Amino acid sequence: MKKAIALLMGLTMAASLTACGGSQSTTATAAPAAQTEKAAEGDTEAAKAEEQTEAAKTEEKKSGNDKLVVGFAQIGQESGWRDAETNDVQWYAARNTDTIELTFADAQQKQENQIKAIRNFIEMGVDVIVFPPVVETGWEAVLTECQEADIPVILVDRGIDASAGDDLYTTMIASDHVWAGEQAAIVMNDLLEGNGKVVELEGTVGASAAVQRKKGFDEYIAANCPDIEIVDSQTGDFTRAMGKEVMESFLKTYSDIDAVFCHNDDMALGAIEAIKEAGKKPGQDIKIIGVDGVKGAFEAILAGEMNCTVECTPILAEQIFDTAAKLKNGETVDKWIMSADGVYTEDKVTQEVVDGRQY
Amino acid sequence: MKKLKDRMEFRPLLSLIIILLICGILSGGSFFKISVVEGHLYGRLLDILRNGSKYMILAIGMTMVLATGGTDISVGSVMAISGALACSIVDQRILMGLNGNVFAAIILALGAGALCGAWNGFLVAKLKVQPIVATLILMTAGRGIAQLIADGKIVTITSDAYYYISGGYILGLPFPMYIAAFMLILSLIMTKKTAFGLAVESIGVNSESARLAGIKVERNLWMIYVFCGVCAALAGLIESAGIKGADCNNCGLMIEMDGILAVAIGGTSLSGGRFSLISSIIGALVVQTITTMILAFGVAPEVIRVFKALIVIVVCLAQSPAFMAKMKGLFDKKRMVAQG
Repeated sequence: MKKAIALLMGLTMAASLTACGGSQSTTATAAPAAQTEKAAEGDTEAAKAEEQTEAAKTEEKKSGNDKLVVGFAQIGQESGWRDAETNDVQWYAARNTDTIELTFADAQQKQENQIKAIRNFIEMGVDVIVFPPVVETGWEAVLTECQEADIPVILVDRGIDASAGDDLYTTMIASDHVWAGEQAAIVMNDLLEGNGKVVELEGTVGASAAVQRKKGFDEYIAANCPDIEIVDSQTGDFTRAMGKEVMESFLKTYSDIDAVFCHNDDMALGAIEAIKEAGKKPGQDIKIIGVDGVKGAFEAILAGEMNCTVECTPILAEQIFDTAAKLKNGETVDKWIMSADGVYTEDKVTQEVVDGRQY
Repeated sequence: MKKLKDRMEFRPLLSLIIILLICGILSGGSFFKISVVEGHLYGRLLDILRNGSKYMILAIGMTMVLATGGTDISVGSVMAISGALACSIVDQRILMGLNGNVFAAIILALGAGALCGAWNGFLVAKLKVQPIVATLILMTAGRGIAQLIADGKIVTITSDAYYYISGGYILGLPFPMYIAAFMLILSLIMTKKTAFGLAVESIGVNSESARLAGIKVERNLWMIYVFCGVCAALAGLIESAGIKGADCNNCGLMIEMDGILAVAIGGTSLSGGRFSLISSIIGALVVQTITTMILAFGVAPEVIRVFKALIVIVVCLAQSPAFMAKMKGLFDKKRMVAQG
């Protein structure tokens, strides 16, 4: 029995660790370990073979290659959001085969695979290496190798631990969560005409996206909207179910909530159900703002049940390849390039916009 | 007629009442406020009943498994599978021939739950794998299967019929409560009116002697795991209906711990033997009440887990006869000193 308990505890800890790991991309949490493992063996081999053939191709052309050769080490399939990012990058490269040569590797959610892929890129002598770091730490060795090989590195959608020093990579293309929080606050101010009571559904405690979105929102409201009061704030763990349960509770504690700011769209979708059950009209009686820009949120906005979503876009290909081209030409770029996120209020959401959403 | 105090249900019920009273007092009575909104009852107590129903249903299945000395930590993943399957069918992503028939989706999801249970039962009963290890397989693989079914996305649905599973009301009371009540009555009949209950207990006490006494241990174990799987699938349907979507990553994540906790608070020994389904139901209500209470009083997000753990410790200590005897002893001594 003791052993069993120890095992349970171990599992619990492991599970909570994975849950914390999915901090930046909000829709992803515990990685589907089993699925990954199963797929890993077959797929990595296939991927390797593919890489090798492509590597051979690159070697061949290397002498007179004026194409932009980019190595992209994707984390793997963890969410619809990440799939959209992958598709966008591959699609963009496929449309521009005469100028871009993309070598794509799938790391199956494992850092070691990602590092292997990066080393492989170095050997192939690509022009630029691009990857979203699966975890924040442990990149010093491989990034130093990139530096020694004189290959610029672009981090996408996630950063690495600052203590490792930010001279290890060339630039980062990612969303600014503080900005997202501020944009939500600006829209909130418009919706409430500067006066009202707001509750906040926070993301997972300690997740960087949650901390920064809260910071941006709370600070803007405190500085610019004296008559808007954030009456309560509670974590909804970035999930629909918890978002709903927390909102149910808020609605009973406060009878006069005017609006809710959710750190992601899934919690907002949960909150919509809670508000309906309380006999109020979501989007009218209680305004709802989310972050992320998932398709479900756009559908809700179109249906008039939600007011706004601040995008955290996975559509980064254009920025990635433009930046890579600049780096190849020896131009200097900003250390942090903000991804081109949009703010979608009701007037900007039409059926075409909804249909065009990929995730 | 046993004395009330000696019944297994007494201590958990007392814990529940005390927690509810504390909530009532701290909130100045507003915790118990029930109003009527759009023809149904509305209030925190209703939240406890509705949100707690999935814990109750899980606890029923889990009680039986734990009573045999086993455990099933795959229930969360089974919930995810059932939710993913049902939502994908309703949303016409898979099995298009069914035209998004909600009834068919429910039946198939429950069937999938039974299948998962049968797999667990096969490993435990036939291959004699340790239950925690056997169900660990499905715990990790199950979520992957759910993601395969839902294609890695959160499947959002709009079906009102499906939503009724969680959001419906009969006579002003939430529908999932009736599902929980139905499962409770079904399992009570199974265990009290047939020899099945005795078989469960004797397997838990000593499966070898149970076998020698002529109880079909394998078959019974198998049945119990299948039943637990169906319970988990039901809970998964309720959860996914409540959020109108199948969230494979998060549906039922870590819920196996809450299920086991509910049974433990109910006083059923985790090493098997004597069990009480009603106690476990009360335990499930305690688990949900703690969550509702934390949200109602706006406990800071950073300390929620610690706060929850503290309450659980107190509740569990109150369950322990040895601890209570010791406390009583201390108390008596003090009184004696004071008198002396």
